[in-house]
Amino acid sequence: MTDQPLVPETQAAPSRLRRALDSDLFYAFRRSPVAVVSAIVSLLLILSAVFAPLIAMTNPFDPSSLNLMNGFTPPLEPNAFTGESFLMGTDDQGRDVFSTILYGMRISLFVGFAAVLFAVVLGIVLGLLAGYFGGWTDTIIMRAADVQLTFPSILVAMLIFGIAKGITPVEHRDQMAIWVLILAIGLSDWVQFARVVRGATLVEKNKDYVSAARLIGRRPGAIMLRHILPNILSPVLVIATISLALAIIAEATLSFLGVGAPPTQPSLGTLIRIGQSYLFSGEWWILFFPACTLLALALSVNLLGDWLRDALNPRLK
Amino acid sequence: MLSFILKRVMQSALVLVITGAIAFSMFSFVGDPIDNMLGQERTMEDVERLRAQLGLDQPIPVQYVKFLKEAAQGNFGVSYRQGREVSEIIMERAPATLELAAVSAILAVVAGIALGVFTAIRRQGLAANVIMSTSLIGVSLPTFLIGILLIYLFSVELGWLPSFGRGEVVRIGNWTTGFLTESGRKALILPAITLGLYQMTLIMRLVRSEMLEVLRQDYIRFARARGLSDRVINFRHALKNTMVPVITIIGLQLGAIIAFAIITETVFQWPGLGLLFINAIQFVDIPVMAAYLMMISVMFVIINLVVDILYAMIDPRLRVTAK
Amino acid sequence: MTEPVLSIRNLTVEIPTRRGLFKPVQDVAYDIRPGEIRGVVGESGAGKSMTGNAVIGLLDDPARVASGEIWLNGRRIDNLTPEEKRAIRGKEIGMIFQDPLTSLNPLFTIGEQLVETIQLHLKVSATEARDRALALLDRVSIPDPATRFDQYPHQFSGGMRQRVVIALALCSEPSVIVADEPTTALDVSIQAQVLDLIKELASETQVGVILVTHDMGVIADTTEQVTVMYNGRVVESGSTDQVLSAPVHDYTKSLISAVPRPQVKLHRFPQVSYGGRETTFQIEDLARNWDKPEPSKSGKLVEVKGISKRFLEKSALLPSRRTYFTAVDNVSFDIKDGEVFGLVGESGSGKSTVARMIGTLLPSDGGQIQFDGEDTTVMTGEALSAYRRQIQMIFQDPFSSLNPRMKVESIVAEPLLHHKLLPPDQISSRVHELLDRVGLTRAAAAKYPHEFSGGQRQRISIARALATQPRFLICDEPTSALDVSIQAQILNILKDLQEHLGLTMLFISHDLPVVRQMCDRVGVMKQGQLVEVQDTETLFANPKSDYTAQLLKLMPRLAQLAG
Repeated sequence: MTDQPLVPETQAAPSRLRRALDSDLFYAFRRSPVAVVSAIVSLLLILSAVFAPLIAMTNPFDPSSLNLMNGFTPPLEPNAFTGESFLMGTDDQGRDVFSTILYGMRISLFVGFAAVLFAVVLGIVLGLLAGYFGGWTDTIIMRAADVQLTFPSILVAMLIFGIAKGITPVEHRDQMAIWVLILAIGLSDWVQFARVVRGATLVEKNKDYVSAARLIGRRPGAIMLRHILPNILSPVLVIATISLALAIIAEATLSFLGVGAPPTQPSLGTLIRIGQSYLFSGEWWILFFPACTLLALALSVNLLGDWLRDALNPRLK
Repeated sequence: MLSFILKRVMQSALVLVITGAIAFSMFSFVGDPIDNMLGQERTMEDVERLRAQLGLDQPIPVQYVKFLKEAAQGNFGVSYRQGREVSEIIMERAPATLELAAVSAILAVVAGIALGVFTAIRRQGLAANVIMSTSLIGVSLPTFLIGILLIYLFSVELGWLPSFGRGEVVRIGNWTTGFLTESGRKALILPAITLGLYQMTLIMRLVRSEMLEVLRQDYIRFARARGLSDRVINFRHALKNTMVPVITIIGLQLGAIIAFAIITETVFQWPGLGLLFINAIQFVDIPVMAAYLMMISVMFVIINLVVDILYAMIDPRLRVTAK
Repeated sequence: MTEPVLSIRNLTVEIPTRRGLFKPVQDVAYDIRPGEIRGVVGESGAGKSMTGNAVIGLLDDPARVASGEIWLNGRRIDNLTPEEKRAIRGKEIGMIFQDPLTSLNPLFTIGEQLVETIQLHLKVSATEARDRALALLDRVSIPDPATRFDQYPHQFSGGMRQRVVIALALCSEPSVIVADEPTTALDVSIQAQVLDLIKELASETQVGVILVTHDMGVIADTTEQVTVMYNGRVVESGSTDQVLSAPVHDYTKSLISAVPRPQVKLHRFPQVSYGGRETTFQIEDLARNWDKPEPSKSGKLVEVKGISKRFLEKSALLPSRRTYFTAVDNVSFDIKDGEVFGLVGESGSGKSTVARMIGTLLPSDGGQIQFDGEDTTVMTGEALSAYRRQIQMIFQDPFSSLNPRMKVESIVAEPLLHHKLLPPDQISSRVHELLDRVGLTRAAAAKYPHEFSGGQRQRISIARALATQPRFLICDEPTSALDVSIQAQILNILKDLQEHLGLTMLFISHDLPVVRQMCDRVGVMKQGQLVEVQDTETLFANPKSDYTAQLLKLMPRLAQLAG
């Protein structure tokens, strides 16, 4: 470091947007075609899920719009009985596969985002407490994390799902299923956030800006939230992005195994589960399109997370 | 060193006590075993008799100690669904899962480490970049889709390999093995690849990033300044230092293989523990769930212990206490 | 005159960046003769290490040699293939890095690393290599080489590890060694031993040494020739005596004038500025708005009575099995109103721990810290808050002492807001005034810390510390992370604070010349204990304890220094 100011001191500070557009991160983003493409694909998929009711031809879960005669129509071919044709064909019930995918994606994304949000909040709170206070608080939280980490998250999620299923009365199981899924995936995922946040907190709390705040007399809560938290968000952001992809996959896996979203609220995983039984009899499209959507979603979010990790960690360049 | 191992053993015991508590509370609080075991037609006497027989009339701590004692002897009671001894069902299913997991684990570890080292050393190379990009697809492709894809390709379209089951097995004592028959070996290929592929990509990416981290260290720079060749630096200095953190995580991944077997077994209708567990969840068959949980935690604990000992053998800082 | 072993001719190194080509080294030229130690001195970022890296052919991507030549023993080496460069590295050119703790592979024994290097460069058998390794360890004065041979790096202390690193650099009798800040991470006493070893080896084996450092003391005591670099260029080169006593270039003059003198106390550091970096600060003006602190009741603002601090070294379930490290052991001293009290000592002597205990950042394990007659160690609630309002602290590392995610305005305003010292509408103008007085412009308030240099950040820290109008200021190594010319600036501000605002100060430092310039009285700490307390002048003239005498002896003399 030379002692030359990096920006001429007299120059006025630029606006927040200018700052963001001029930042090295945005520059690196524009320079990386993979990042741009994956960002566009994820954004498109998320938007089409959000606006599914406007885009989809039919609401596949409205029984009045269904015609069983339309069942098993191959993509872009007119149906033998009704003459209707569908972009991605129809499933056994005569539902338009394209529409079911849009609605399925809503469930997948909702569960994914909610589960990651839950895990992030829980992980940040516990990680900050463990890292900042140390001692017994730290021991208890991190031992719990260690024990949970011994078990793969998918198993933890299944177990929570199984237990929740046992507790809820049969008539509520379908309604509860989505929330149980969020709880199960979120709870199985908080550990990595807590570990990262704790590690970063241990580093930050020994920095002198924290000492300066303590010297002023700020309370631990204010120090954690106002001083430490903003400085540890970038690794959390990276893990959250990768976790989103993992949560979407986990949800699909659980639903595929029949321990996730119920057939009344099918997610992409449920659709693939349904499609699998028709794959071997030649109706490939019922499985193929949901599978491609799932892959596109998971892959673009993963690529974005992977790029973000490299970009925020300049040592890796 | 000894105190390190001792500490780990204590930690493992803690893990077992906690999972024991979870398994026990599943019995006590999830669903009513009486409901599960007796049908709709029952008298109060039936209920009372069964309650006493199961020891449910005793205080919770007494029940917990009794549960642990029974569990230690491998006794988890009777499956609600199948009406058979859980331990018997587990013994019958275990060989299938263990054989599958072992083959996948070897595949994942060997290929994962080799590819990880390769992509770290040839970071800028074309092949390494292609492998890295493909691996992201591997991470994004859920295990069950890989399975379906392989079945479609090799069983449905090409007809080379079976799409479900274990093929013919040979019984040796209490163990059944598929290694000894051709159909058994053929049946193992697709499930093993399905199960191993995801873990392999994870291990590969992990080895790569750890190795890159090590290659940035000062002692590697200093090794270069001493004039050591790239080969010696990569395979002697960097690799050994990479293995220290990698071994811990590979241990966790091996545990994960047993859990991920649930998915693979479902896709391939592989008659192992995973399929048993997933059915148990669907039917809320608590004794089977509890037994599976306990058994798997014992396995994890053993794997982790082995890993810790390996760790201590590689890293002199744990072996010799600082002066 | 003998032929140079190494000759750098008009070397330029460039790094392509997003905003164009950056040239950290431009047209650099110097020679090294056998047995000669050439110091390369300059501030951080001057390009001195980069030149060294170019010589051994280890520039980090994407840096590259753009033009110029490097000749070693009559052979041009900058245009060799990577494989040919590798063959030279370690064999003809050795390298010593700054941090001995990270230079050795932790998973291999010292012996394995030595034998590996010896066998690589000299085609000898395993036994011969081992014998040679043992001889080398003996040569760099490592006691009991045969036992040490089979030990791992973590079993060596920092100074011992640096000796091992030197032994590794000497494995195949190189003609040149590049030593990049070889003693910066070490304590003064260890530093002197390592430098002596390097001097000895140079004269004995006729190896030429490039000694890269930022420390004028090291240059004065160790080198024969010196090259001064500034902003990637050589500004002056010549024999060390001549450059130090009669510098020609303005930058060298300003650099030398800023070096704290050990022999004599000056009122202010002379500021011969170079490169338009002078800053104006008006602490006097701040005094007009400043309520001069009331004198304390006893005339002693701070009285430290027998404080101790111990840290858990090894935790265990049983209290009897736990081991503790005593960082501060029954330390007592007092600080009079308006005085600058210095605490000196080597790293680990407990001086910073004392500072943090007085600053309420660490609880004490016994003893009292009285502030104006009140024991601060038992304060809670309102009393504690009132105490904290009256003390402030300036930290060592300017890069970590400001929250990177807060604007400068919020940083300086935080104490005002927390203690509710001003109505909200007046806070902004107060912050601007403070920044103005420490020599920063108003525009600075809306920026983030990363946009400032180390010296500017330290001035922001000072502005923050002054916000509550404290009576007592704790300075924990406030300039040890700064370049020497910036150090002079910051020390002058601190002197002004004492003079114009009547601030009482505790000044922690490991640097004796700085302490001599800054402090009225000095306490010397060693391994947690206070060895002696004296008036500064008395301490430097007649140290009471042997330890202080030894520290003074190791202090660079800088006798050759101009003016």
